[in-house]
Amino acid sequence: MKRGRDSVAPLWGEIVKLRHKKVLTAYLFLSIPLLFFAFIRFYPMISAFYMSFTNWNIISPVRKFVGLSNYVGIFNDPVFMISLFNTLKYVLYGVPSVIVLSLALALLLNNVTKFQSFYRLIYVMPYITPIVATSWVWRWMYQKPPIGVINNFLSFLGLPARNFLMSTTEALPSIVATTVWGQIGYCVIIFLAGLQNIPKEYLEAARVDGANRRQLLFKITIPLLNPVIVFLSVTQTIMFLRIFTQVYNMTDQGLGGPLNSTLPLVLYIYQKAFKSFDMGTAAAATVVLFLMILAITVLQLKVLNRRVQY
Amino acid sequence: MTRSDRMVKLVSYIVLSALAIVMIFPFFWMVLSSLKPFREIYRPYLFPKSPTLANFQKIMSASLFPRWFLNSLIVALSTTFSVMFFDSLVGYTIAKYSFPGRNIIFLFILSTLMIPTEMLIIPWYVMSSRLGWIDTYWGIMFPGMITAFGIFLMKQFMETIPDDLLDAARIDGVSEFGIFWRVALPLVKPALASLAILNFIGNWNAFLWPLIVVSKPGMYTLPVGLATFSSENLMHWELIMTGATVSTIPLIIVFLIFQKQIIRGIMLSGLKG
Repeated sequence: MKRGRDSVAPLWGEIVKLRHKKVLTAYLFLSIPLLFFAFIRFYPMISAFYMSFTNWNIISPVRKFVGLSNYVGIFNDPVFMISLFNTLKYVLYGVPSVIVLSLALALLLNNVTKFQSFYRLIYVMPYITPIVATSWVWRWMYQKPPIGVINNFLSFLGLPARNFLMSTTEALPSIVATTVWGQIGYCVIIFLAGLQNIPKEYLEAARVDGANRRQLLFKITIPLLNPVIVFLSVTQTIMFLRIFTQVYNMTDQGLGGPLNSTLPLVLYIYQKAFKSFDMGTAAAATVVLFLMILAITVLQLKVLNRRVQY
Repeated sequence: MTRSDRMVKLVSYIVLSALAIVMIFPFFWMVLSSLKPFREIYRPYLFPKSPTLANFQKIMSASLFPRWFLNSLIVALSTTFSVMFFDSLVGYTIAKYSFPGRNIIFLFILSTLMIPTEMLIIPWYVMSSRLGWIDTYWGIMFPGMITAFGIFLMKQFMETIPDDLLDAARIDGVSEFGIFWRVALPLVKPALASLAILNFIGNWNAFLWPLIVVSKPGMYTLPVGLATFSSENLMHWELIMTGATVSTIPLIIVFLIFQKQIIRGIMLSGLKG
């Protein structure tokens, strides 16, 4: 396929010209998006870091560099520590509940052939509806008897009434329950897709070898689903770390009560930044949130890279 | 099919149906409560004795709900169109052009996925108040005009388009933008539809940023309006539930129409894993 030098030279020139044109076009296409990511994502992130080292309320024009004192401040602020601890509780109660329930549901759904997409449709409805609306519906359902429908149901079953959102011990789990209800459908869809990716031959072969149902589940299905379980655990952990809307709408005046018992990190940030206008402290708290999310994500990559190949 | 197989199936259907009722009950309760007159709302029965649409009339005439509805529609539609255009353009460019810095640019865009919105809202707020974006549609919309996840998704799909097809169009004299717009884009329609519908839902439901950037009640989006309206009418659960119904029903309709695209979109969001 060798051609003479003479015929290649002009062709080569054409190719170089075309390449130049394509490179220029690419940069042109990327120009607005790159400006967007630089000014709406990257610069604000740097700005938040910087802000966390300054003492600044939004009204005064002075920004004083104060080093780490905002960080020292929040870790000595009992309310911040409560919010951090609460956030941890949201994750510890919420993530296992979502994962176990949705995995169980997906396994059940995988058993049936008829109405599969109908059930999936119903389970995912809470996920796509506005959290503000569903939070108020649950707040209404959690009311005291005789108006709270859940308490009415409990008394119908002969069980004692519960305080739910009015109690310092029950409010946080109640909000977790609402959030779990909202997230299950999303996880069921992803789990179901993962289950349907498992080659039927694996299960058939094991069945022929005399494996029973329990062995099939714990020795084949769940190990093969491992990457999906890790992925969903991570996305759900990040979601619960960032919980805000449910708490804002389900607690009295959106304060994370009673007595801060449901106050999560993001609500603390919101109050510091937009109620007390203490931007430096709020920015420091957002950096803490960022570092937690970063740690979880790095952990996920490590776990997934180490995963056993079957 | 063995007997135990049939048992497993039966039990599955029973458990699935029971849970389906639990999942859907809050919606029923919401709609039923919205149909009750005030004097019935504190009574412990499920169905309204004298169902009425008065709550809806009240909300539509005596509150700003119609305006909030319009605001949400404007915001969600505009961001969705912007995301459809820019995400697919960037995904296409990264997938189909080779140019210096391509990988670095892609990594830079992907790395922004790591930044939680909560970290950006304070600088965004400062920026918006300096530039006069507070209480404007643009102020509500600008953070969501382009998404890194959508770019990632569209790049995956654009890569499946054969280069020969694009080169053929090039030889026919189609402009570079024309190749993207008329050749590449129609080929990734299903993925684009899923991205669009999930984006619409996400923007329709967004709460934290609109809550911060808007202070004038006339500029509230539906979620912010509903939250404010509800905390101002705490004893009137029938009105709160009517507001919740008004903000939920359009989404349920969208959902029923586009369920295939939505389910697909959710599956695609698991693609990262």
